[in-house]
Amino acid sequence: MKKLIALMLALCMVLSLAACTGTEQTPPANENNDDTKPVATEPATDPAPETDPVEPAMTYAEYDAAEMDAEVVVECYVQATQSWWFNSKVNHGVITVYAQDQDGAYFLYEMACEEEDAAKLVPGTKIRVTGYKGTWAGEIEIMEATFEFVEGADTFIAAPKDVTALLGTEELIKSQNQKVLFKGMTFKSLSYKDDEYDKDIYVTLEKDGAEYSFCVENYLTGPDTDVYKAVAALEAGAVIDIEGFLYWYEGVNTHITAIAVAE
Amino acid sequence: MKKFLALFLCALLAVGVFSGCHGKVEREGFSVPEKFDTNNTYEITFWAKNDTNVTQVEIYKKAIADFEALYPNIKVKLGLYTDYGRIYNDVITNIATGTTPNVCITYPDHIATYRTGANIVVPLDDLFADEKYGLGGSELRFDGPTQEEIVPKFLGECYQDGAHYAVPYMRSTEACYVNKTFVEKLGYEVPDVLTWEYIWEVSQAATEKNADGTFKVNGQKVLLPFIYKSTDNMMISYLKQADAGYSNSLGQVQLFNDTTRSFLEDVRDYTKQGAFSTFKISGYPANFLNAGQCIFAIDSTAGATWMGSDAPLIDIPDDKLVQFETVVRMIPQVDPQNPQMISQGPSLCVFNKEDPQEVLASWLFAQFMLTNQVQIAYAQTEGYLPVTSKAHESEEYQDYLSRSGENNGLYYSVKLDATKLLLDNIDKTFVTPVFNGSASLRDAAGHLIESVTKSTRRKETVDENYIEGLFVETASLFRLTQIGADAGGKAQLGPLPTGSLVLLCALGAVWIGLGTWFFIDVLRKKRKKS
Repeated sequence: MKKLIALMLALCMVLSLAACTGTEQTPPANENNDDTKPVATEPATDPAPETDPVEPAMTYAEYDAAEMDAEVVVECYVQATQSWWFNSKVNHGVITVYAQDQDGAYFLYEMACEEEDAAKLVPGTKIRVTGYKGTWAGEIEIMEATFEFVEGADTFIAAPKDVTALLGTEELIKSQNQKVLFKGMTFKSLSYKDDEYDKDIYVTLEKDGAEYSFCVENYLTGPDTDVYKAVAALEAGAVIDIEGFLYWYEGVNTHITAIAVAE
Repeated sequence: MKKFLALFLCALLAVGVFSGCHGKVEREGFSVPEKFDTNNTYEITFWAKNDTNVTQVEIYKKAIADFEALYPNIKVKLGLYTDYGRIYNDVITNIATGTTPNVCITYPDHIATYRTGANIVVPLDDLFADEKYGLGGSELRFDGPTQEEIVPKFLGECYQDGAHYAVPYMRSTEACYVNKTFVEKLGYEVPDVLTWEYIWEVSQAATEKNADGTFKVNGQKVLLPFIYKSTDNMMISYLKQADAGYSNSLGQVQLFNDTTRSFLEDVRDYTKQGAFSTFKISGYPANFLNAGQCIFAIDSTAGATWMGSDAPLIDIPDDKLVQFETVVRMIPQVDPQNPQMISQGPSLCVFNKEDPQEVLASWLFAQFMLTNQVQIAYAQTEGYLPVTSKAHESEEYQDYLSRSGENNGLYYSVKLDATKLLLDNIDKTFVTPVFNGSASLRDAAGHLIESVTKSTRRKETVDENYIEGLFVETASLFRLTQIGADAGGKAQLGPLPTGSLVLLCALGAVWIGLGTWFFIDVLRKKRKKS
């Protein structure tokens, strides 16, 4: 009898303690509140039940042809990620991913992702992504995405594509989100988004008399990275080669990942 | 051993049940010191927000330098943020560790949450009234405003539960920035007061296309006639104008009502026609406006320097910029005879510390931010309005207002029109009730519009059932049922959750078991005795 009572008391204790957990939620915690876009409310990587039919993934051409706001399913390879963070507004973690396959690239904006999975999103990893195709300020992206790892898949890391000759042409946007290379760019100036907390560097570079905007994205390559320090130290007139992801914000706005003195 | 185990479990149970689990931070209440100590040095932190605007940062830095020159024993360390959400988040985190800033730019909704910890935020009324260091006090080393010189409506917005927990710093409202050129091209005129019917009608008319798929009004492939930056405000303002429920002073949630349903149906219908979108879905209204891809752009008056062909701040390439005439109007109204618009903008709160002298130093700095030199300089960076009549009536500010259009920088006409929109209509502004959880309710209001807009664009069925489901999902996602409970009101809480039901049943069973055991034990002992 005493054992039974002890058991019941223990059960009550567990239930009482459980009732006290997790009810006080952290307030909205956007990295960039004014600029936030909606994210999915589903957990990140719940594997589909084995009985569910698996929807075939789109080819890049099919994705490219899909209408805006359409649901899309793609398989692609991680090329880089921005820092993971917990979005308490939707009560799960999110991560923004630069992804690519052999035919084109995908920008996975604030994809639902638990922290332990974020660590596994290393360059080359193949993932299957479900979300909605959308455009924000000219950037074509997959919004409200969820993903799963493609077990036993190959890996792929894209080689940067030289698009220098496409600068200023309407052809450039066709390489949107891809890992690209610009050669012989002349550094003009830079400014910081915010000198304390949001340290994006906005960089203006010139080629053949025209100026172009680039960005060192704090959440991709922060102040501790070599590229961040190298860009911050640039002097006007320096001629450099730039590697990065062909991001778009009201026009081309490449996220820089590496720079080198032009040969 | 069994007795010990039972005792231990009981103790743990009692802790679990009765502790309350909230872990509130307790600190002694603040009392105003007799005299400010000028012999010790006080380092205070000030967390501020700038609109990605370097001039605002410079004004903060100058204000600090000027203040430190007046009070050499106070050092102010500036922390800069580009959005309020991160300040809020960081403050919450630092409350738990007792490392809040001393002074912080904030919103009343946020203060309500900060105040769930006892004596975290300093009630300022005693400081306001202090003869030496209060508003207009005799010992101040600067010419600050008296309490009467702070616009009463703005000061009232900082009043919660019987005390002022902040002072207003800057105020703005929302404005509708209109491409007048396109409106007239569509055969309409821009009235002095826009209505929702008008804005929907013109937006719908603008969606007419040419045979080649371009829009007739702009000749481009892209046109979003009506874009709203803050859908939180869009819902809140509409409900206020329609005299429908949102929340009340008890903190009861009234958002999910028939007026909300009807408004969401309007949003659905005009989204379906391509007449409406939002910032979160499409991008900054200013960029679409300036590219000739938007006719009605609703954004804060504090964003006026980005609006219009001649705006001093432009965020699109030169070759996308279109020339047009911009006019500034109030947001659309339900009843144009009784217009209502939201009052928003940053306030300053002071956090409590163990040393009252440190708090007093913080208060002196907060008060310094209300001087004309700071108020006028900061307000001029955007379409902000200073919060004191002392600044409004000053010669310097009157001169500024009178020079609208002299150039496209300091005197940019759209910015000054936006400023005057609020200055001339302070009496038509409103704020929503503030309580612990009101920030979540605000998010929920915007979530409804964003969800309907997204789903409509995705060709999902948005009908009565969808909206009912959205209400349930939104209430859960933003924990709105807890808000009702926290407020202590009589809100309908719905059925008891299963977990709670199991817990209560288990507790009941334990007591019954204990009673039975006790009764049997007594009977046994009686039998043994007999």
